[in-house]
Amino acid sequence: MTRTIHLNLDINGRAHALDVEPRVTLLDALRDHLQMTGTKKGCDQGQCGACTCHVDGRRVLSCLTLAAQVEGRQVNTIEGIAGEDGTLHAVQAAFLEHDAFQCGYCTPGQIMSAVACIREGHAGSDAEIREYMSGNLCRCGAYNSIVAAVREAAEAVNTPVRETAEVA
Amino acid sequence: MKDFSYVRATSAEAASQAALQAGAAILAGGTTLLDLAKCGVAAPETVIDITHLPGLSDIIVSADAATIGALARMSEVADHPSIKAAFPAVSESLSLAASAQLRNMATIGGNLLQRTRCPYFRDPGTFPACNKRAPGSGCSALGGVTRNHAVLGTSEHCLATNPGDLAVALVAFDATVSFAGKTVLVEDFYRLPGDTPDKETVLGRGEIITGIAIPASAAAKNSIYLKVRDRQSYEFAAASAAVGFELEADGKTVKDIRVALGGVATKPWRARAVEQALIGKTLSAGTVEKASRLAMEGAVAQGDNAYKIELAPRVVVRAIQQLALKTAMKTGGLA
Ligand SMILES: Cc1cc2nc3c(=O)[nH]c(=O)nc-3n(C[C@H](O)[C@H](O)[C@H](O)COP(=O)(O)OP(=O)(O)OC[C@H]3O[C@@H](n4cnc5c(N)ncnc54)[C@H](O)[C@@H]3O)c2cc1C
Ligand code: SF4
Ligand code: FES
Ligand code: FES
Repeated sequence: MTRTIHLNLDINGRAHALDVEPRVTLLDALRDHLQMTGTKKGCDQGQCGACTCHVDGRRVLSCLTLAAQVEGRQVNTIEGIAGEDGTLHAVQAAFLEHDAFQCGYCTPGQIMSAVACIREGHAGSDAEIREYMSGNLCRCGAYNSIVAAVREAAEAVNTPVRETAEVA
Repeated sequence: MKDFSYVRATSAEAASQAALQAGAAILAGGTTLLDLAKCGVAAPETVIDITHLPGLSDIIVSADAATIGALARMSEVADHPSIKAAFPAVSESLSLAASAQLRNMATIGGNLLQRTRCPYFRDPGTFPACNKRAPGSGCSALGGVTRNHAVLGTSEHCLATNPGDLAVALVAFDATVSFAGKTVLVEDFYRLPGDTPDKETVLGRGEIITGIAIPASAAAKNSIYLKVRDRQSYEFAAASAAVGFELEADGKTVKDIRVALGGVATKPWRARAVEQALIGKTLSAGTVEKASRLAMEGAVAQGDNAYKIELAPRVVVRAIQQLALKTAMKTGGLA
């Protein structure tokens, strides 16, 4: 017997209603039920960081979070990072500037992680960036450019201007 | 992952009641439970989400102790200024664990109950034999790849390493864990595998961990967590050590010292023999090296993990040396 539950999720400041099985993760809810495919599935086991989203302003792995758990919380995904008018977030711009990707599969997760890393105050040096971005793997090995992009964005971003739905 | 029903707990009592039902599992950060559900190791009928319960996330640091609610996140505890100041090894054990994302999700209660990373345990489809998963079925690790298996506290039934970092620091500083109205030393919370490796702790069915307490001490305040692993970050320990010490007024004789090991034992391992050998001594290189070797008393190698018997004492030596250097810099003279 398939059980479904009705959920109201707040994603990028908008309300989304959906009916899902209780076991559905936030990652699968986003990709398969809400057609928000910007968030990527790499390992589906908490090991790669491709699925990184923000819940109540904190970076988490959506593959190990149930959709049901985040009802009542604010979820932010890569789709909500740029400005309403399409202006790129400073981290997105820095990734372009530094060519911080090759295939791009890990990039949404890297960017979501980097936005939070900077906001947490953990982007003070290259060593600190490497340590606090270590939860995001890149099979293309774009690490040096990723570190450079995060460093530049950290210098550019003083306040989280784009994520209106989140608290700093 | 098998389907289950989802219940959001409204009180700790209700959660405890619900958890008594057959097939029910408490869900906190989910980083162990959902991972194992995906591996086919856990197959809960009902998950009881406790993350929305109020009042279980507080971190309170007084002159006597730190008390930390079971739902406090690893990152919150790691970054708490008073924890960093009074219990640096505890903070470091957390910030060197997992990744920033996982530390934002994982709770202190769930952390203490994380399961082994034994690859045979995690793969029931390929390896049906595992005494921890299916009591009496045997142990697939025996004669298999054992690079990350334990050398201390093992039995013929299971040699799985307890992979946690935080619990190592907690055991070093005599922390306690509270559940169901009881409070026990973290050291006594964990059981040796013996012939029941499926029973890892003394927590009973339906019992909810409410929090931990770490008594303040000079050794806890002057402490370090050193973790050595196969890659620089985002990896479990090959061997780790939580060390803290207090020196006599002369600035060189050891008054109190705590040493606990991770990554090498079936439970977080307090190395009392090392401590005893160093109390009343000065921390000269020869003394420290000789004492650290006592950490491996009773160690048994099983194939690939023999290197841990060499590595762990060296990790203890380096942890003591790094801490001695830090202490000397703080007090303005070399011990
Ligand atoms: C890729 C990866 C890397 C990791 N690296 C490390 C590392 O380097 N070092 C390290 O120490 N850990 C590491 N971990 C493990 C991680 O720290 C644990 O998974 C986490 O701490 C578990 O906490 P949780 O809140 O997510 O627990 P959950 O998964 O929610 O729960 C774990 C277990 O505890 C039970 N439970 C939870 N809370 C309570 C409670 N209050 N009372 C009673 N029962 C409860 C649950 O029923 C479940 O059985 C890693 C995990 C992953 C996925
Ligand atoms: S070492 Fe323990 S957990 Fe691993 S297969 Fe053997 S019994 Fe199972
Ligand atoms: S898909 Fe979530 S961590 Fe890999
Ligand atoms: S750009 Fe290909 S995985 Fe990172």
